[in-house]
Amino acid sequence: MVDASTSAHGDIKLSNLTKAFSDFTAVDDLTLTIPEGSFFALLGPSGCGKTTTLRMIAGLEEPTAGSIFIGNTDITHMRPYKRPVNTVFQNYALFPHLSIFENVAFGLRRRGIKDVKEQVDKVLDLVELPHLAQRKPLQLSGGQQQRIAVARAIVNRPALLLLDEPLGALDLKLRRQMQIELKWIQTEIGLTFVHVTHDQEEAMTMADTIAVMNEGRIEQMGSPADLYDNPKTAFVANFLGQSNLIKGSIESNGSESLVVNLFGQKVAVPRARSSARDSSILVGIRPEKLRISPETSSASGNVLTGGIIEDVSYIGVSTQYQVLMPWGQELMVFEQNDDGVPPLDKGDRITLSWEPVFTFGLDGSEDANAGSELHKDEEE
Amino acid sequence: MAFLSAVSHKSDESEKKRSFLPYLLLLPGLVWLFFFFLMPILTLVSTSTKTPGLGIGEFDQTYRFANYWDAIVNSRGQFFRSFEYASIATIMALIIAYPLAYAIAFRSGRWKNVLLVLVVAPFFTSFILRTIAWKQILGGQGIGFKFLTWLHIISPQSHLTASAFAVVAGLTYNFLPFMTLPLYSSLERIDPRTMEASGDLYANAFTTFRKVTLPLSMPGVVAGTLLTFIPAAGDYVNAEILGNPQTKMIGNVINARYLQIVDYPTAAALSFTLMVAILIMVTLYIRKSGTEELV
Amino acid sequence: MRKARRWFSRNLIRIYAVMGFTYLFIPVLYTFAFSFNNSSKSNLVWRGFTFNNWKNPCGAPDVCNALGNSIKIGLIATAIATVLGTMIAFALGRYAFKGRSLVNLLIFLPMATPELVLGASLLTMFLNFGFNPGFVTIVIAHVMFCISFVVVTVKARIASLDPRLEQAAMDLYADERETFRRITFPLLAPGIAGAALLAFSLSFDDFIITNFNSGNVNTFPKFVYISAERGLPAQANVIGSAMFFIALIVVLLGQVVQRRRKVS
Repeated sequence: MVDASTSAHGDIKLSNLTKAFSDFTAVDDLTLTIPEGSFFALLGPSGCGKTTTLRMIAGLEEPTAGSIFIGNTDITHMRPYKRPVNTVFQNYALFPHLSIFENVAFGLRRRGIKDVKEQVDKVLDLVELPHLAQRKPLQLSGGQQQRIAVARAIVNRPALLLLDEPLGALDLKLRRQMQIELKWIQTEIGLTFVHVTHDQEEAMTMADTIAVMNEGRIEQMGSPADLYDNPKTAFVANFLGQSNLIKGSIESNGSESLVVNLFGQKVAVPRARSSARDSSILVGIRPEKLRISPETSSASGNVLTGGIIEDVSYIGVSTQYQVLMPWGQELMVFEQNDDGVPPLDKGDRITLSWEPVFTFGLDGSEDANAGSELHKDEEE
Repeated sequence: MAFLSAVSHKSDESEKKRSFLPYLLLLPGLVWLFFFFLMPILTLVSTSTKTPGLGIGEFDQTYRFANYWDAIVNSRGQFFRSFEYASIATIMALIIAYPLAYAIAFRSGRWKNVLLVLVVAPFFTSFILRTIAWKQILGGQGIGFKFLTWLHIISPQSHLTASAFAVVAGLTYNFLPFMTLPLYSSLERIDPRTMEASGDLYANAFTTFRKVTLPLSMPGVVAGTLLTFIPAAGDYVNAEILGNPQTKMIGNVINARYLQIVDYPTAAALSFTLMVAILIMVTLYIRKSGTEELV
Repeated sequence: MRKARRWFSRNLIRIYAVMGFTYLFIPVLYTFAFSFNNSSKSNLVWRGFTFNNWKNPCGAPDVCNALGNSIKIGLIATAIATVLGTMIAFALGRYAFKGRSLVNLLIFLPMATPELVLGASLLTMFLNFGFNPGFVTIVIAHVMFCISFVVVTVKARIASLDPRLEQAAMDLYADERETFRRITFPLLAPGIAGAALLAFSLSFDDFIITNFNSGNVNTFPKFVYISAERGLPAQANVIGSAMFFIALIVVLLGQVVQRRRKVS
């Protein structure tokens, strides 16, 4: 088999990649570069086009337009079995009629590799399941099947490993453990991983770079910290963690920061952290960055007064408050329970404050609720 | 989010490889069905309007559509009887097969496959042989008959065979596997948790069956009743072996017209009428039960 | 008493199933029992136990010839119908093409047509073309009515095959042919075998269509039907019972093999 399956390597470049179905466009003019050796996550709600993107890279879906390169090799229209790309499928897709050994050996045998046994044994050691080689997939637990699916793919040393919601079927504890393990395997063998998921926590734990996708486009791309601290769109702000987004108008435009009028109260937004295009702005602040204090005490930084506590949930490490603001909006506040002060009560009148550096500004035309309901649906 | 979520599934439908390959795969089988199913039916239709020619077994095409009228008028009793017997047998088979299929699907544990095989296994004894066995068992000399008279369930003067009862019982018996298998396969697909959920939501066993199990098994009920009714309506062997002259079905008439009287036009007209009648009933039935995707 | 009633209501379905199976098997058991009957001509009344019929299964004139024909016809018709039907099932299950619903209709129609009509129409055509009925016409007829059943069975199997398995194979460097050989076919094989078994049992047990299109050729059901008028020889019971047991053993062995393949 003459192919790129062993030779091609390098950065993955998607250019103007588009996939249109008869009734809608799943992936819309996507351009992005995935550096060689990185752990890259495509994050988004179902139907956002992340899976279609993955399938196009794997060769299981034909792009309507655009191109896919690995290094200098164009793989856009290559058959899946000619690509140096392997996939860990959702629900694993282990061959039920073949033993674990033969499942893992499958790719090596097709490529006519000589030392099959040696390589299979090595990778089974890596995933710590050498004793299961002669079993059939149905006899394995979910976690074991998951590891075999990874082993079956990485034994081929592809230029690129695709993971399609690989942990979706596992319970929470196992998922956390596998996240760490997958990350470790990636560092160990140094392959490029592209991981598709709707679980923002999973993406943030594992990936070096996250691309948040919505309706076939990339909303924002960057490191987990970058995306979390400085979201550029309401969708990212809401899908990646939670955000309080308050409508306001820019009153003055200083060199360092903007002064924004939020329903009569003034707050500062660092100029570099604002993506507002005109005077209309959505001021964003993460719930855990907010400080909550009784109305009577003084507060510094950005301050919003006149809130009433509507609901209190005690969660052990923190307390979550739902605060009704004078303009009728509800804001979320997470307070660490580390100061020995008993939580405030429902109905208390309070003041909210925060460090201005934590504030981010979104364009005022954004939909403040974008991405928030989706997020809840996905978490189940 | 799934690799084959609703989104990508659509793509699978619209993007199934378009090439000449499917036609190549279809060709031999469809050619066979064209020459040995469609052509014969067309020949049958053309024969049905012929009239006797000079020699025996020779017929000329005269487009005599009155053949249909004559044939139907002369055999209307047998037509109605066929559909009556077939309907009763289908309902009886459904009543017998449903609990059987249910037991195999949900209560058989590791014996499931063995029991499934046992449902089909009697085929290999040959249905003619089994029908004759029934005749002998229930006939005046048979052990079944003697057993029942000994129990005083029937009087020694009565007779079980050579009766409408025996014909319907024979039809019920012979097509039971055709009823059981589709019922089983649609029951087996039901997630037992849906039934538990129903029980959890205050439904008693009967309500659970009526509101959950039965609706979910409807495709099997439809397929099973069709696979029973169609062959039963066209059968003549049961009426021949287990019946008497008053229980003759349309199959007996067609068979006699073909193979004994050599009256091909009448036989063809009756056959075609039977086929059309059944197709109309089947279409109405499928429409009504709302399970169009049968094949 | 209450305990007994509880047991009864809990096992009602099982009791019912046992009764259903009994009903299904009474004539089979009867046939088996009377295969040991020491009957001279008609096998109606019990005349004593003997192994003679089993020692000499071909004792009755023409019975083994008829059986041989049935098996030959069954094997040939099954082979052809399984291949053709599987091909159609693949086309329907795996490809989009024009005229799909027409094909579905053509597959459905033979199943919705009474055997009598199928047999009679085929005979009419053969006679019209001056084609003498015999062995070949029986095979033709059997293939025709078995194809639809094969298509339906295999198609259901294809529909339940997870397409990701084939995609995974392609992802792991298997081209279309290798994927078919190593994944698709092995996974569909039990379904195809099931379809073949169904086709064989339909062919072997068919009487009505065969009776129309057989000319002078005898098959086992036809033999039974004809000789029943004069009195059925006990050899018919022997062969009917033997076929029953052989089929049972074959299928159960198949089940065991399949279970082995799935586990360990």
